[in-house]
Amino acid sequence: MEVQLQSWQNMKLAQVPHMLAGHAMPWVLAARRSAFERFAAHCFPTRREEEWKYTDVSIIGRRSSLAPDHIPPDPSSEAKLLAWTLASESLYLMVFVNGHYAPGLSMTDDLPAGVRMASLANILENGADLPESYFDPQHEHTIFAALNNAFATDGMVLDLSPGTVLKAPIYLLYIASGHGVAIYPRNIVVAGEDAQATVIEHYMGTLDAHNFTNAVTQISLSAHAEIEHCKLLQEGPAATHVAGIHAEQASDSHFISHSFALGGRLARNDITAQLLGKSCHCTMNGLYLLNERQHLDHHTRIDHLAPECISREYYRGILDGESHGVFNGKVVVHPGANKTDAHQANHNLLLSRQAEVDTKPQLEIFADDVKCTHGATVGQLDDDSLFYLRSRGIDAELARSVLIYGFTNDIIGRVNMPELRTRIEHLVLERLPQGDQIKELL
Amino acid sequence: MTTATKQLDELISREYQHGFYTQLETDTIPRGLSEDTVRLISTKKNEPEFMLEWRLKAYWHWLTMTEPKWANVHYPPIDYQNTFYYSAPKSEKEGPRSLSEIDPELLRTYEKLGIPLKEQQKLAGVAVDAVFDSVSVATTFKTKLAELGIIFCPFSEAVQKHPDLVQQYLGTVVPYTDNFFASLNSAVFSDGSFCYIPPSVRCPMELSTYFRINAKNTGQFERTLIIADENAYVSYLEGCTAPMRDENQLHAAVVELIALKGARIKYATVQNWYPGDKNGKGGIYNFVTKRGECRGDNSHISWTQVETGSAITWKYPSVILRGDNSVGEFYSVALTNHYQQADTGTKMIHIGRNTKSTVLSKGISAGHGQNSYRGLIKVLPSAENARNYTQCDSLLLGDQCGAHTFPYIEVKNHSAKVEHEASTSRIGEDQLFYCTQRGIAPEDAVSMIVNGFCKAVFQELPMEFAVEAQKLLGVSLEGSTG
Repeated sequence: MEVQLQSWQNMKLAQVPHMLAGHAMPWVLAARRSAFERFAAHCFPTRREEEWKYTDVSIIGRRSSLAPDHIPPDPSSEAKLLAWTLASESLYLMVFVNGHYAPGLSMTDDLPAGVRMASLANILENGADLPESYFDPQHEHTIFAALNNAFATDGMVLDLSPGTVLKAPIYLLYIASGHGVAIYPRNIVVAGEDAQATVIEHYMGTLDAHNFTNAVTQISLSAHAEIEHCKLLQEGPAATHVAGIHAEQASDSHFISHSFALGGRLARNDITAQLLGKSCHCTMNGLYLLNERQHLDHHTRIDHLAPECISREYYRGILDGESHGVFNGKVVVHPGANKTDAHQANHNLLLSRQAEVDTKPQLEIFADDVKCTHGATVGQLDDDSLFYLRSRGIDAELARSVLIYGFTNDIIGRVNMPELRTRIEHLVLERLPQGDQIKELL
Repeated sequence: MTTATKQLDELISREYQHGFYTQLETDTIPRGLSEDTVRLISTKKNEPEFMLEWRLKAYWHWLTMTEPKWANVHYPPIDYQNTFYYSAPKSEKEGPRSLSEIDPELLRTYEKLGIPLKEQQKLAGVAVDAVFDSVSVATTFKTKLAELGIIFCPFSEAVQKHPDLVQQYLGTVVPYTDNFFASLNSAVFSDGSFCYIPPSVRCPMELSTYFRINAKNTGQFERTLIIADENAYVSYLEGCTAPMRDENQLHAAVVELIALKGARIKYATVQNWYPGDKNGKGGIYNFVTKRGECRGDNSHISWTQVETGSAITWKYPSVILRGDNSVGEFYSVALTNHYQQADTGTKMIHIGRNTKSTVLSKGISAGHGQNSYRGLIKVLPSAENARNYTQCDSLLLGDQCGAHTFPYIEVKNHSAKVEHEASTSRIGEDQLFYCTQRGIAPEDAVSMIVNGFCKAVFQELPMEFAVEAQKLLGVSLEGSTG
């Protein structure tokens, strides 16, 4: 069944770009309108498409609007509390409520020289310099990216001049508030030569509301740059979330991506890296911890386009309840990308009878001098290990939690920044039965 | 590097050794496919009503289908109306009962191929049901097998003599609605092999068929049906070579295996059809549906294949593990050279409890070859304690070729244990250095390494085939040092 927009809906949505930031600038409006046309021509993908074989997105837009809302509501007290806690830490904080920058909650003082950090909406409104290429259709990796191009409301634009090293991380907090809201964040990170930074994207929904988030983050790394990107997905239990994170790497650059998916009803992450220059290093880590009827889909793609690049990918999943996990990791070694060294692993723990996992590690190799491996497993907690713990007086529930925690630790341990690592550890432990007891032991 | 590359070029550009064409009078019906063609084939074969009905249903269904495009292979569109759907050597009319009655021209063909029937008869242990184009012309060792109650005969003969068995099992594993090529095959299949092993009988010899495509422009539509009744055992060998030809030939075979309670079927294939010349001209299109069903508890089906020929191979021998404790195995070596394309792999569908499957796939790409492994491991909610182990390795020789893996793993039962691992690499310089340093010529060293790479699969082949398979690999791959 083709999911097509109703014509009245279509006409209404086609007007949206006229109300968004930057509509006064002709090129922005034109880019948005043509992006919307591309979306409307194709509309939502169906499960008959290979890339969406295991993920049914037909629930998107059913209980939420597709048009972004333009009056941000006041976030919940819980969200505010988190923002205030974060603001007191040594980090640069930008808070977005329903996709709109909330300067009052943010903390962007004392940025070192060579760093420009701004809200996308501001840049578009002021007509400041933003390359048109960011709205280029060739960057639309999925049809949702076209929709994001059309409707992106706000986000962070980070520009690091060459040699800038940002010690404290940049924390982007996206709060979903209200009901049936569509949220379209767009982030752009441009790292100059030898620049270094850590960017955290944290999506949280505090209400049991049918919100829809469609986010795109573009990261471009110049030679020798290093960007560590960490995504925390903690959407509310009814929320749908579609996101793309796309990196382009020049020679000797290092891109590290972490994706921690803990929340949301239906979520899909498309994470891609194009290794354009020689001797790049790309790392993609991910952890999905699902329960109840959650559906989470990770599609990653690493394109080796230049010789002597190294890529490492480690994804782990824990599936409980009636959850459904999907992993599709694609590594493409293009002609001429010799001396490529690519490794990929995906391990899944199935904890309940109704849980399901579909994994597809995929290699496409068009060069001969390469070393590529991948592995995927699906299994359960080891009975012997459980017995070992239980024979030492640890009750069954805690023993299971300890083993699950151990399983996740392999991924969490790959986060470089200690404070961030601890934060994620705590988020995971909160999800585990008797997790607080493990926390005490740490 | 340069001398080695030269050697590689020399070796991989070797002409196809089995390329010759036997002039035989053939009984061919006009090109094209229509309901009449289907009726004509059925009439020519003097088939009972149920077969015609089944063929027609398949044909009508085929008309509603479109050719699948998802495989990672590229070829010009096939004109299904420009193909002969039936071709039988004229001598079939006389109905030869022994080798002496067979067209001596035909026998010479087999001798050139290195499978002299006369010798094979003496070499006890292999009964050959040789299929020359579409109709089986020689069947040996039948009496010996008949003593045990084993039925091993051409498919058309089975339709005449054992219609009840055919009706009971035909299309139960690969229904005529299965896929585009299987439907086409169901409508127009000309002949093939039929094998039935009665309960608790262990087939005393390796059953074997040699397929060969001969008449020009004749798509070969084979249908093989093997049934192992309770606690029976059979090992079946299929080997293929085809004469040289410039026009692409379509081959859409269907193989169905049925293992009842406690039965075991081993099915081995060595496929060496004409792969096209070194510029990618000509060659066989091999679009095959092979599927086995472990219908009863404790049954076991194992597929072993060595795929070195064909311009395009599109083939996924699968096992449906329905019975509890049933076991499915898949061992494969696929080689692509010149402009060959292979999209091959397996499907293991776990339905019963304690079902186990093992997949071992070795892909070798050289020249401009494109080699894809596409596999599906599916564990359904009913499959408690299912277990799968998959390993697929690729070896690349030359910088123009490609190796791809598309493993699908779908697990819907939490007690399942599924492991998949894959690697892609080329022959290491250190490995080669180690060998050459010890006085082994680069060419021999590569041969050694490639054979070592494939050893785990060759071990699964019956003796006779293992030797042939090693030779086949040797032809195109020795000397491919990096």
